[in-house]
Amino acid sequence: MNSRSIADICRDNERLIIGASAFAAFLVMWEGFSRGWWATLLAPLLGESARALAIKPIFISSPTGVAQQSWTMFAITGEIWPHIAQSGGQLVVGLGAAIVVGVPLGLAAGRYRTFSYILDPFLSALNATPQVAFLPLFVMWIGTGFWMRVLIIFLLAVIPITMNALAAVRTVDPRLLKVASSFGATELHTFRTIIAPSALPFILSGMRLAVGRSMIGIVVAELYGSATGIGIMINMAGASFDTDKVFVGVLVIVIAGLLMTEGLRAIERRFDGWRPAIGDNM
Amino acid sequence: MTPKLVAKDVCLEYRQPRTGDRLLALDRISLSVNEGEFVSIVGPSGCGKTTFLSVVDGLLPATSGEIIVDGLRVNKPGPDRAVVFQDASLLPWRTVLRNVCYGLECIGVRAAEARERAMKFVQMVGLDGFENSYPYELSGGMQQRVNLARALVMDPKILLMDEPFAALDAQTREYMQEELLRIWEQANKTVLFITHQIDEAIFLSDRVIVFSARPGRVREHVTVDIERPRSLKLKRDPRFHALEDRIWSLIHDDALVQARS
Repeated sequence: MNSRSIADICRDNERLIIGASAFAAFLVMWEGFSRGWWATLLAPLLGESARALAIKPIFISSPTGVAQQSWTMFAITGEIWPHIAQSGGQLVVGLGAAIVVGVPLGLAAGRYRTFSYILDPFLSALNATPQVAFLPLFVMWIGTGFWMRVLIIFLLAVIPITMNALAAVRTVDPRLLKVASSFGATELHTFRTIIAPSALPFILSGMRLAVGRSMIGIVVAELYGSATGIGIMINMAGASFDTDKVFVGVLVIVIAGLLMTEGLRAIERRFDGWRPAIGDNM
Repeated sequence: MTPKLVAKDVCLEYRQPRTGDRLLALDRISLSVNEGEFVSIVGPSGCGKTTFLSVVDGLLPATSGEIIVDGLRVNKPGPDRAVVFQDASLLPWRTVLRNVCYGLECIGVRAAEARERAMKFVQMVGLDGFENSYPYELSGGMQQRVNLARALVMDPKILLMDEPFAALDAQTREYMQEELLRIWEQANKTVLFITHQIDEAIFLSDRVIVFSARPGRVREHVTVDIERPRSLKLKRDPRFHALEDRIWSLIHDDALVQARS
C-alpha cells in the first residue's frame, strides 16, 4: 500500500515540477507577446505604452506557430529531413574524428611529459584563437564541400576533448600509479586499469563541451556554399523573415544537443556505479 | 640462516628541483633480513625509511650500492616482493575481490584462477562476505586488510610494509597489529616493516633497526628477544618497556643532535 501524500510526491519530483512549470510559464509568456494578450490585459493600466507588449509574430514567432511549422516540415512536406541528414552526417564524422584523435592525443600528452611539451604550444595557440577564423583558409584549401564543414567541426570539437583528456591524466592519483608500477603492470595495463577509469568523467565532460561547440561549427560552416543543412536552412529562413522556420531549426539543434549530452551522462552513470552517492556516509 | 634480503651500502642522492642542491637521503644502508624474519625499521620522520622501502621494491634506483633478494640483484619491481602501501591505495572502482586480484592480473594470471586465489586471502584477512563491496563502503582498518591481502596473494618472498597502520585510530591500530601477527604466522613470510611507532615495531618484530635522520643511516640493530605468539598484554611487560626506552633514547638523542645543528 502506497501511503505517500501529495506533498511527498511533490517533494520527490521537485526538480521536474519546478522545471516544467517554469518552462510552461515561459511558453505562455511568449505566446502572449505574440498574440497581444499582455498588451490587452495591461492596457487599462499603462494606456498607450501597453502597445509595446504586443510584438509582431514576424519577429518572435510563437510556440503554436513553431509547433505548426514543425508539423508541416516533419510530417507533411518532410522538407527538414534532408537538412537533418546533411548536418547530422557532418556532425557525426567531425565529432567522431575529434574523439578518435583528441582522446589518445590528450591521454598521451598527460602521461608523457616530453610529448606534452610538443603538443602544448599548438594546443594553447589553437585554444586562444576563434577557430572559425580558419574558415576562409579551409575554403581555399578544400573548397566549400562536406569535408570543409567536417574539418571546422573537428577543429572546434577536438580542442576541449584533448585538453580535458590531458588534464584528466594529471588528476590520476599518483598513489595508484605507484601501486601499478610496484606490481609490475605494463604501460597498457596501467592505462586500462588506472588511467582510463579515473580519467573517464573528465573525458566525458570534455565531450559534452565538444557537442556544444560542434553545433556552432554546423551553423557557421554551412554559411559557406551550402544548399542543405540545418545551419543554412536557419539562415535562409531568417533572410526571408520566415521566423517560424528559424525557430524550428533552432529547436532541432537544441534537441540534438540535449540528446547527445544526456547520452554522455548515461555513459558516465553506467561506469560510475562505484562512486558513493551524494549524501552517503563514507 | 640464509639471508632473504640483503642491502649493501645503499646510497640515494637526489637533486632538489628548486635549489639544484644534491641531497643525500640514504647514506650507506647495509642490512639483512633472514628467511621468515619480521624486521622493522623505525626512525624519526624524514629519515628516509619509506624511500629505502621504495629502493628495495625497485621503484627508485639506488645511486650506489645494491639490493639482493635470494642471492639475485634486483633493480626493478618483481613478484618476489610485494608492498603493503601506507594509504590503502585501493582502486576505488573495483570491488574488494577485484582489488586483491590486481597484482595477479599484472603477472598474467587468468581471471578465473586469480579470483579463486584471491578469495582465499580475502578470507584469511577476515573479509569474508565483503568481497563484492567497494572500498568506500569499508572502514580504514578493513581497507588495510584488503591492501594486505592484495600483497599476500602474490605469494612474495618478502612482504614490504610501509607504515600500513599509521592512518588508523589507536584502537583499530592495536587490533590490526594483533591480526597482522596472526596472519603472518599463518602465511609464514619474511617481512620488512616501516613504522615511526616504537611500540608497534617492538610488538611485531624479531629485530628492530633504528634509522637516524637526514641522511638516513643505520644507527643500531635491536633484537627483540620475546617469545611468540605475542598478545597485546605484552605491551605492559617490563621487557617491552626496557626495549621501548632504549629505542626511544636512540631516536631522541638523534633528534636533539638534529635540533642543535
